Amino acid sequence: MTKLTQILAGFLALAVAGGAIAAGADLGNTAKQATNWTAIVMFAIFVGGTLYITKWAASKTKSAADFYTGGGGITGFQNGLAIAGDYMSAASFLGISGLVFANGFDGLIFSIGWLVGWPVITFLMAERLRNLGKFTFADVASYRFAQTPVRIFAASASLVIVAFYMIAQMVGAGQLIKVLFGMEYLYAEILVGSVMMMYVLFGGMTATTWVQIIKACMLLGGATFMAVSVLLQFGFSPEALFVKAVEVHSKGDALMSPGALIKDPVSAISVGMALMFGTAGLPHILMRFFTVPNAKEARKSVAWATTWIGYFYILTFIIGFGAITNLVQNPTDFYVGGELAKGLKGGGNMAAVHLAKAVGGDLFLGFISAVAFATILAVVAGLTLSGASAVSHDLYASVFAKGCTSEQELRVSKITTVCLGVLAVVLGIAFEKENVAYMVMLAFVIACSSNFPVLFMSVLWKNCTTRGAVVGGFVGLASAVILTIGSASVWEAVMLNPKGSAWFPYNSAAIFSMSAAFFTIWLVSILDNSPQAQKERALYPSQQLRSETGLGASGASGH
Amino acid sequence: MQNVLDKVTANPKFHEFIAMRSTYSIVMAIVSAAAYYGFILLVAFNKEFLATKVGAGMTMSIGVPIGVGVIVFTIILTWVYVRRANTEFDATNEAIIKEAQK
Repeated sequence: MTKLTQILAGFLALAVAGGAIAAGADLGNTAKQATNWTAIVMFAIFVGGTLYITKWAASKTKSAADFYTGGGGITGFQNGLAIAGDYMSAASFLGISGLVFANGFDGLIFSIGWLVGWPVITFLMAERLRNLGKFTFADVASYRFAQTPVRIFAASASLVIVAFYMIAQMVGAGQLIKVLFGMEYLYAEILVGSVMMMYVLFGGMTATTWVQIIKACMLLGGATFMAVSVLLQFGFSPEALFVKAVEVHSKGDALMSPGALIKDPVSAISVGMALMFGTAGLPHILMRFFTVPNAKEARKSVAWATTWIGYFYILTFIIGFGAITNLVQNPTDFYVGGELAKGLKGGGNMAAVHLAKAVGGDLFLGFISAVAFATILAVVAGLTLSGASAVSHDLYASVFAKGCTSEQELRVSKITTVCLGVLAVVLGIAFEKENVAYMVMLAFVIACSSNFPVLFMSVLWKNCTTRGAVVGGFVGLASAVILTIGSASVWEAVMLNPKGSAWFPYNSAAIFSMSAAFFTIWLVSILDNSPQAQKERALYPSQQLRSETGLGASGASGH
Repeated sequence: MQNVLDKVTANPKFHEFIAMRSTYSIVMAIVSAAAYYGFILLVAFNKEFLATKVGAGMTMSIGVPIGVGVIVFTIILTWVYVRRANTEFDATNEAIIKEAQK
């Protein structure tokens, strides 16, 4: 343990030194430097506190089960906060409030989309996942199937999803820290990569969960303070807030109506499908269902998660409008060169951050900056843990080294964590100048077209077979990637082909790729009459018995 | 253990129970999807309706309460399901298992 303490101490020193170097390079702008320090100190407190928790968690993380699920002893309420924390990424906090700041009502359309996947998980998946699974969602999908092909599929899909989600988070983290802390992009990447590696490596799921819970509370608290401050300015009358926003915003009354964000009905439905069903296929969300002791707590987790996420999105809507009324009239402080036409300092996603300064001064700005950074850290840690479990549990322990001991499995998961941490930093640096806006959406499209259909059909359709699940899953994965490459957000914005040349005309591939996956699973399964397929169909009743009643479900590992 | 599993499987109450619960959860899923897609279809096909003001001389459009309503409705629906599943359904489930363990 002393070794860990030393590493922690050394690391904190490094973090502060890194901040000092960056601040030193920024001497031309003294005002900015002062705010940087508040943020850095607050962030250092957060990192110090969470690393202390990690130290405590490390003493409890002895087996593979502890590493993956924190021993299965987390309560539904705690897990709900952790799930909400995983979901309320910096992208959704800054992105949606920025969207509301720029377009008004349109931001609300998006936030509703991000929420509606949760009832689907609650009603159809939560308890079945908990009853059938142990560590990863592949445990559930492969319950009555041939282990090797299903696990290879599940691990590939999970790693692809984790990679895209991770790149988006890492690049976002670097850019954000550059603006908020005045720290070099490179240092920011290394800082995020190493701190999150410490959480996962030493503290496993226990530390990752607590980091996520603390961060969720900070984010919800900070956002509540901002929204209440805004409403207070208008005597708690939303109408007065809207009147003022419409008066000062260049879009005027158009703020209050749906605009150009959603062009055609096919895109509208397709984006909706990706958001609604993608959530039920994200590996870092699904793994959280195995950290609670039973199905009852699993259901409670989603109900709490839904509550917090919904509440949070209502707050971001108020925050976006509050940013309009507070920032637009004060261009000197918040706009580049003091001119409205040049846009917000640091870009449109900074609306919530600037509002923090407007309503709470430098101290609160420091707090919100630290929260935004902590958010990225916690989400990246969750992603890394789910990637590591896909490799160590699904590939190593279930395919390549069947019958290995828990110690060996744990060792592989830790090695994978280090590899993923390094990879995350490398990818973050490689994609610094790239446009990564499409990547989170792509992760959702892949999740709803590969993991979700396989999981859904294997649990709920008795005729599903290994062959059907694997072929259908890969078809969904491939079509999601290929169609997304052909859409304007990648073909034109990233690959720089001429405008109008994108050969896939919609915003999201989900409606096609998800249907393709379901259709292929169905078709291949009904055509599959191999002895293996018949065996798998015969196993359905016993799978159903366990998924519905929880009889034989793996319990908490008991600490 | 196998004995218990066989007894549960042989119990017609068990099949009735899971059929009822599945129907309930599918209906709930459809209701929540309908609320969401209803909203999205309004966005896609009837933007004017969402832009209508909530009252004469008001700035707030009808889309705001509808949108916030979808969020609140989603949360309430989730709790309604979880309440029922955690009390009534779990009790029935346990009763069926207890009966098999006798």
